[in-house]
Amino acid sequence: MSEIKASFLPVTEKRPSLNEPVGSMTQAIARSDDAPFDAIALYIFTGLSALAALVATALTKDPSFRFHGWIMLAAFLAAFLTMSVGLGSGRFRSDSTRYADGVIRAGVIATMFWAFAGLSAGVLIASQLSWPRIFYFPDLAWLNFGRLRPLHTSAVIFAFGGNALIATSFYVVQRTCRARLAGGAWPWFVFWGYQLFIVLAATGYMAGITQSREYAEPEWYVDLWLTIVWVAYLLIFLGTIWKRKEPHIYVANWFYLAFIVTIAILHLINNAAVPIGLLESKSYSAFSGVQDALVQWWYGHNAVGFFLTAGFLGMMYYFVPKRVDRPVYSYRLSIVHFWSLIFIYIWAGPHHLHYTALPQWAQTLGMTFSIMLWMPSWGGMINGLMTLSGAWDKLRTDPVVRMMVVAIAFYGMSTFEGPLMSIREVNALSHYTDWTIGHVHSGALGWVGFISFGAIYCMVPWLWKKTGLYSDRLVEWHFWIATTGILLYIAAMWVSGIMEGLMWREYTPQGYLANSFVETVSAKHIENIIRTVGGLMYLSGALIMIYNLWRTIRMPSVVQTSPGLVASPALLAAE
Amino acid sequence: MSGLTYETVARFAQQGGTVFFGLMFLGGLIYALWPRHRQAFQRLAHLPLEHDEAPDV
Amino acid sequence: MWKAHAKFERHSLILLIGIVMVVSIGGLVEISPLFYLESTIEKVDGVRPYTPLEQAGRDIYVREGCYGCHSQMIRPLRDEVERYGHYSLAAESMYDHPFQWGSKRTGPDLARVGGKYSDSWHHDHLSDPRSVVPESNMPPYRFLAETDLDYRNIEARLTALKTVGVPYSKAEIANARADLETQVDAFAGEKSGLKTRYGAKVAQRDYDGDPEKLTEMDALIAYLQVLGTMVDFRTYKAEDPENLR
Repeated sequence: MSEIKASFLPVTEKRPSLNEPVGSMTQAIARSDDAPFDAIALYIFTGLSALAALVATALTKDPSFRFHGWIMLAAFLAAFLTMSVGLGSGRFRSDSTRYADGVIRAGVIATMFWAFAGLSAGVLIASQLSWPRIFYFPDLAWLNFGRLRPLHTSAVIFAFGGNALIATSFYVVQRTCRARLAGGAWPWFVFWGYQLFIVLAATGYMAGITQSREYAEPEWYVDLWLTIVWVAYLLIFLGTIWKRKEPHIYVANWFYLAFIVTIAILHLINNAAVPIGLLESKSYSAFSGVQDALVQWWYGHNAVGFFLTAGFLGMMYYFVPKRVDRPVYSYRLSIVHFWSLIFIYIWAGPHHLHYTALPQWAQTLGMTFSIMLWMPSWGGMINGLMTLSGAWDKLRTDPVVRMMVVAIAFYGMSTFEGPLMSIREVNALSHYTDWTIGHVHSGALGWVGFISFGAIYCMVPWLWKKTGLYSDRLVEWHFWIATTGILLYIAAMWVSGIMEGLMWREYTPQGYLANSFVETVSAKHIENIIRTVGGLMYLSGALIMIYNLWRTIRMPSVVQTSPGLVASPALLAAE
Repeated sequence: MSGLTYETVARFAQQGGTVFFGLMFLGGLIYALWPRHRQAFQRLAHLPLEHDEAPDV
Repeated sequence: MWKAHAKFERHSLILLIGIVMVVSIGGLVEISPLFYLESTIEKVDGVRPYTPLEQAGRDIYVREGCYGCHSQMIRPLRDEVERYGHYSLAAESMYDHPFQWGSKRTGPDLARVGGKYSDSWHHDHLSDPRSVVPESNMPPYRFLAETDLDYRNIEARLTALKTVGVPYSKAEIANARADLETQVDAFAGEKSGLKTRYGAKVAQRDYDGDPEKLTEMDALIAYLQVLGTMVDFRTYKAEDPENLR
């Protein structure tokens, strides 16, 4: 336990490098007296932020804003005090002979924590739809479906997925650039700043502080805070690339960079809003009606395209080759894959608005590009799968490889289903139904979840210097329980989605609508229960994983006695 | 009245767009398949398999 | 070729600029025409900004995340038009900041729910959905009827909406508070000038069945009851060439 706690503080920087001779150790200690510039800048920044939060909390008349003001004040004060101690003891000195792995270890722990939180919220709201008489509480507004649904989506997408992306991107960019993370103490700012964003967003939804824009619910000041964190993230990522000792930029970094930059653009434009006052939580979108709808779905679909696809493809392009110990199937294909994917994805948004009041030319463009998107998506899938050629036996022997391969298979499946559903005539049936929910979850649970779990199963022994995972058997259990859970989930949603779509448009022989709306609701009861069970199974798998990782971290570390004998994690992991 | 009508937007998307984006794709393809880049790409593909322990100083 | 360090940096910046350019094209081509193509929003009589009470109700609709289960966008498909009413026009949400078209119908579409049910039905249904519709899986909103509406900043709300393009007049903003209170008082008559400003069709009554209190329930029902009622479809010619897009 003490090790887990310690990993949240950048203590690793204090440990002298194993590769350095003893002479430089004393030098390092001597150097640690003068605190580095980046840490001092961060120290001042947290101090000023605490001051701003204090003033805002004291002056506002809006109880919602004050509630968030207190949270921010507490967070900034905690950071400020921690840094006061840390700066005094020289903790923030950056050791350029080591990778900055402390922040990645913290990211792994945060990822698993939010996975648990987000999946639990999902199981809860699925239960609400299945058993409304049990899981609703008439006097607890904050536990209603409308407030918990954004909590679930944000927790799994931004908290779980986002932490996984930030942690793996920091891991990958250092290894493929052969350089330590840029920015000294600032990666820790990105880590903690992002957690603060998540806490503000989540508590905000439950308190009713929301813009009600799908996947962009946080209010204006939370958006501004995320912008600051995100710019720091971009600069650290770019700065590490600028420091690189390797002349080329590996393709995984292209995907990560596209994810970071595009999300920044989408976030800024979609969240353009006018607050009703500088000390008020409420704001109104700068756009309205049809324009707002297209801006929102341009954002919404590319949150899928660049957050849930491009970023995780970056993960795939590093961890799959690494784990099976062979280069990516075709590097050329990965270049074509990259440019065509990011170019085409951005057009696909209007397929969320078929048959709406959006002008038809925009709908047609969206549909056309959505269908074209199938090609680069499957190019990427083939590239990922074929990386295993010559090592297919690992599919049988290594459950982590199997997990990542099944992730790629789900990626292929949902990127086939997506273009299909974007066809206007198919969409006429599927839109507004559970089919969409099933589609999203085959991508989210199958692709995003499994590729992240795979990457984390890889990284934990490497980061904590262990010979391997605590138990491969538990990975097997995780894999099979979660896979069954996904299949139950998406099968139930296919059935209920297509059923309700058909029931809505069903006519009696006399030419009247055959079903009232509520009949289509009660018809889905069994499917809702199966969906809840599927989600519960997926959550159970994640709990097994958390236990397995916890035991792995508590295992004795690999003893590295002499600098010459550094064990390769790839070799160790293969054991 | 602005000169942008449905017809001009449609024509741009259907004809100009197809040609322009086709050329862009061709450019990307040529870059990826250019023989001189082959060696660099091969080296690049092996990047994740190296350099785990410590950065180059 | 890779010897000059400056070139490395430029290389990553070229990559960055390339990404920004490539991802910008689609958005620019699709989104920007919507702001100046005049045919995007049809010319319709009757669509007006929400009254202060309706807007306060809309803010509650937004706060509770109703869009997660209810769409406000009727598609021009036979069954939808017969179930919900005339398909939605772009003009009908032109003052909606943000739009609430939604993407999922766990519950029915609400684009034209206004006037379909009585105020007391809404009150009962929102307070305990299963008391009215036994198979419903909608959350209960009893607390709305027990919570006083907070409208201390209603002028600021209308002012912000004016900033983003809703044509509220100076008089409408100045009288926002009085208009809001007038609308829930069936006996207030034309005291504040509510109907002069927002039109004779504005419904003026106590919505939640408790005239003593001005609650969040009042505001939400006022909003629900105006949804989809602004355009008169007896006079609107949907098939006219200028209305086809």
